[in-house]
Amino acid sequence: MDFGFTDEQNLLREQVLRFMTDACPLSVVRAQNGGLPRELWQQAADLGWLALIVPEAHGGIGLKWVDLAVVLEESGRGLSPLPLVSQALAATAIGRCAGDDAKSEWLPKIAAGDAVFGVGLYDDATWIDAEGIRLSGGATLTGTKPFVSDATVATHLLLATRTGRELRLAIVDAEDATVTAQASIDRTKPFGSTTLDGIEPLAMFPISTDDLAYLTDCGAVAVTLEGIGAAEAVLALTTDYAKNRIQFDNPIGKYQGVKHRLADMFVDIESFKSLAYCATWAIDNAPDELPRAASLAKAYASDAFARIGIDGVGLHGAIGFTAEYDAQLYLKRSKWLRSAFGDADYHYQRAASLGGL
Amino acid sequence: MDFDFTPEEQAFRAEVREFLAENLPSRAERGRGFMGEWLRKVRDRRWVGFSWPEEYGGGAGSLTEQAILKEEMALAGAPPLGTSSMGLAWVGPGIIQYGTDEQKQRFIPDILDSKVNWCTGYSEPNHGSDLAAIQTKAERVGDHYVVNGQKIWTTGAPWADWIILLTRTAFEVERKHDGITCLLVPMDSPGIDVRPIENMAGDRNFAEVFFTDVQVPVENRLGEEGKGWAVTISSLANERSSIGEVTQMFAKLEALKNLVRSTKRQGKPAADDPAVRRRLGEFEAKIAAMKYNGLRYLTKQLRGEPLSSETSVNKLHRANLEIEMDDFAVELTGLAGVQLPGSDEAVDGGRWARSSLGWPSVVIGGGTPNIQRNIIAERILGLPKD
Repeated sequence: MDFGFTDEQNLLREQVLRFMTDACPLSVVRAQNGGLPRELWQQAADLGWLALIVPEAHGGIGLKWVDLAVVLEESGRGLSPLPLVSQALAATAIGRCAGDDAKSEWLPKIAAGDAVFGVGLYDDATWIDAEGIRLSGGATLTGTKPFVSDATVATHLLLATRTGRELRLAIVDAEDATVTAQASIDRTKPFGSTTLDGIEPLAMFPISTDDLAYLTDCGAVAVTLEGIGAAEAVLALTTDYAKNRIQFDNPIGKYQGVKHRLADMFVDIESFKSLAYCATWAIDNAPDELPRAASLAKAYASDAFARIGIDGVGLHGAIGFTAEYDAQLYLKRSKWLRSAFGDADYHYQRAASLGGL
Repeated sequence: MDFDFTPEEQAFRAEVREFLAENLPSRAERGRGFMGEWLRKVRDRRWVGFSWPEEYGGGAGSLTEQAILKEEMALAGAPPLGTSSMGLAWVGPGIIQYGTDEQKQRFIPDILDSKVNWCTGYSEPNHGSDLAAIQTKAERVGDHYVVNGQKIWTTGAPWADWIILLTRTAFEVERKHDGITCLLVPMDSPGIDVRPIENMAGDRNFAEVFFTDVQVPVENRLGEEGKGWAVTISSLANERSSIGEVTQMFAKLEALKNLVRSTKRQGKPAADDPAVRRRLGEFEAKIAAMKYNGLRYLTKQLRGEPLSSETSVNKLHRANLEIEMDDFAVELTGLAGVQLPGSDEAVDGGRWARSSLGWPSVVIGGGTPNIQRNIIAERILGLPKD
């Protein structure tokens, strides 16, 4: 029994942390305006992060989600604008569901970073279910996917389609589609509304409803892992402020109204961290346990991080909601994260169903 | 990251299960002699004081096997492994860490054999959360301390044989944490007066304890004079997995789900109500978080990495869950939910109503939630003390 990381994983963590501190600090993150920072993407590819979970046979490193977890947690800490989650989901979807030809073609490109993937699973903002997928799959694709993550920075799009009861994933050249950038709260998580006008997909492969749920769960776990780092960062920022801001002759962190809220943040982050690690372990080792584990982690994190985002800003007072100060960036991430891949209500209801209610 | 157990650990789990299958009859089948026999059998296996050193009669078991033992015992709904919960939880570990050889030989076997029940004399009428400010005085006179003062909220005092007592031996000190001395005192000492207090559930298991010129031999001092605070703090941090409590809480969650399944509100099944389902999901997430927090902290402990005060995280969860789960059940079932055992209309025999009045012993004893928040804020986050 060992519920911790290996020395290699800890080294990887340090590498990502160093990258985020040196190459991608918040000043750089802020300077991105919905575009892909090409140089940073290439560095991420050179460091092997895009190849981590791609099998060796397809040009990858053949590691597991638990290794990827370290990358997501640390890049989330710095609110990295790189589309690491979409890329990981594309690798997972193609590796799990596509035919050999598609794997041989696409996985090496994903591992090398030559293909940058945006992902759109559901068409309806509040309906996580196969039935909520309206884009019809055929020899050509016509219609609109409104919420495609990272579509604006992608070279390729992975889109879920449905024809009757048949679900298929389509790989589309982003240049063949009309991608309209959507203004959204968190600029580090760009969306595009994607319109297809009778285009031919580059590849198409069938998936089951279980596959769809699996990919959704992987997405939920991935953004929760990013959320661990982000929530810890805003807790550290706010704790530091509470130690140094003097009011009524004392650091405000001396007052229980402040310190207890910070303690509760710590409790919540520790807890959804444990749940997210458990869910990550389930992706690699126990897919049957993934739905419950992913739902508990994402539900807890969705509620907790949303409050942490608000209180991180609020505890700072007025400075907290200035554009210049960084606390607001985490609040924005928390609002995005809450709804991505299912909010707390969806996941708690699902956990109740999985638990026999 | 790996949840697998070694072959030895798996074999140990199998051994515990086999033992339970053979030696733990259902509640209805347990006769009068059951408890005595149970205590003897688990003692024979050296499962009592599982991680304590062998030379004092402990099991010298590993932390992982200790967690397995606790989990299996809780899964089976087994009774405790000894009659003195405080003796096993902190008095024994405190004596093992700070006691003299003579004290270990004298006290540890009786705790393991359930011959002696302990209570804990910490809180005083004016000093509860601010424990280090205690005023009960112990004055050295020859080879004795003479104790005068009062303790309160002393759980188990009405039937305890011994008390682990925090006293003050020095009043002129720079820090109030200095000058505290820990004494081990027989409850039948002349000058001790126990007055039980009835709690809101109608139980009388805590008490005021008065000390008037109580003579305590110097050899009953635990640790050095004036260093009693360290004894208090470190003896509380013995075991970190909280797996036994977590297992019990999962069982309670299942009972709660059964209650939901059999309950209608406004003529409709409560199980279909999204608000009800969401609450159950929230409970499950918190209990699961406790479980995996505990395993992360256990892993740190196994690797010999430093732990700060992370146990306070699970203490806070437990406090919230203790209050909220019973309270939810009582509210869910309307006026039937407030019926106590004895009422014809009581839900599940009044179990939920009764335990909805029982949480303070867990939630307040051992440090209130706000004290746990202070601990996290100050020791982990490094915020200034109040």
